[in-house]
Amino acid sequence: MSSAKSFVIDPLLDDNPISLQVLGICSALAVTTKLETSLVMSIAVLAVLTLSNLSISLIRNLIPSSIRIIVQLTIIASLVIVTDQILKAYMFEVSKQLSVFVGLIITNCIIMGRAEAFAMQNGPWASILDGIGNGLGYSLVLIFVGFFRELFGSGKLLGVSILTPITEGGWYTPNGLMVLAPGAFFLIGIFIWMNRVWKPEQIEAE
Amino acid sequence: MESYLSLATKAIFVENMALAYFLGMCSFLAVSKKVTTAVGLGSAVVFVLAVTCPLNNLVYNLLLKEGALSWTGVEALASLDLSFLNFLALIGTIAALVQIVEMFLDKYMPALYAALGIFLPLIAVNCAILGASLFMVERDYGFVESTVFGIGSGIGWLLAVVALAAIREKMRYSSVPGPLRGLGITFIVTGLMAIGFMAFAGISL
Repeated sequence: MSSAKSFVIDPLLDDNPISLQVLGICSALAVTTKLETSLVMSIAVLAVLTLSNLSISLIRNLIPSSIRIIVQLTIIASLVIVTDQILKAYMFEVSKQLSVFVGLIITNCIIMGRAEAFAMQNGPWASILDGIGNGLGYSLVLIFVGFFRELFGSGKLLGVSILTPITEGGWYTPNGLMVLAPGAFFLIGIFIWMNRVWKPEQIEAE
Repeated sequence: MESYLSLATKAIFVENMALAYFLGMCSFLAVSKKVTTAVGLGSAVVFVLAVTCPLNNLVYNLLLKEGALSWTGVEALASLDLSFLNFLALIGTIAALVQIVEMFLDKYMPALYAALGIFLPLIAVNCAILGASLFMVERDYGFVESTVFGIGSGIGWLLAVVALAAIREKMRYSSVPGPLRGLGITFIVTGLMAIGFMAFAGISL
């Protein structure tokens, strides 16, 4: 049971997919201008990752190794199509904001990476846990970045004003940089920095 | 002609794939340790984008779009809307094409293959490639436009990755705080580069 727990807990800070494995960074940066889009994206990735890990692990002994990449891609792409259709049907506004980035879950390296590195060698149950763990690790970074970008960039959280901006008669001057691309880079850089101050064993050798 | 020129400039500088849309970030960070490898992967990206973008444009407009199959003349097909399949079709085209390009280069241009070889399989899962195709679909580009857009965004990516690699080579001489070393400082440098590229945003074409 302790190993099952470590599959879920480890990817949070000890082996985080974004800050340590350097996987899936593109979407982490692009969808985090608001907390809401970050949350939706996290859930989408978590669902796709868990299901793709499960399905690949179930048929892992049937896939010939020479065509495994294309098999994995097909499974992932089908799952992403389902996710995209669900988002379009029930959360149309959010899916418009996410635009191409839902499609880009296909090439999100976390999903391919975990399929290749974990689901191909392990049983279904362990793979599901690994999927959930890595999905949560990804979500953690997304929510961190989304939280600060929305709070400092527009003074809101989930659309509710927390720091009232000057334009609406408050005192806060929104920091435009946070909403733009560079803000996301800085925040992830800072996240990695804090993560590694706390877990010094992750520091890269010179 | 002018509109194509402005589309290309926009794709290279203003809407830079890596620095404004964060596409292809994984390989962007992974290969930017040395200028030579950065140039290798960058040129492979330009090459693959220049081919896949127009090809995917044909696939989408002739097979997937609503009413796209009307050229077959079969009534049942004419009203079909297969656009929900576009992720699968686009990534399939890209993966197949990368494979073909790899075999072709191996046979006929061994020198280029030796230079690009190891990077080509990586490119199939580079989000910049799929991203460019998806942008092309979303913005409804025509055939020539998508060729120009493909090449332009490829060059933009190449420019960004080579610049970052050059900075990282120089950075080896500076003393970076331990926990920030490696990935952390690279993010912050990329952020500063993105600020630099934002200067182009004011250009109106």
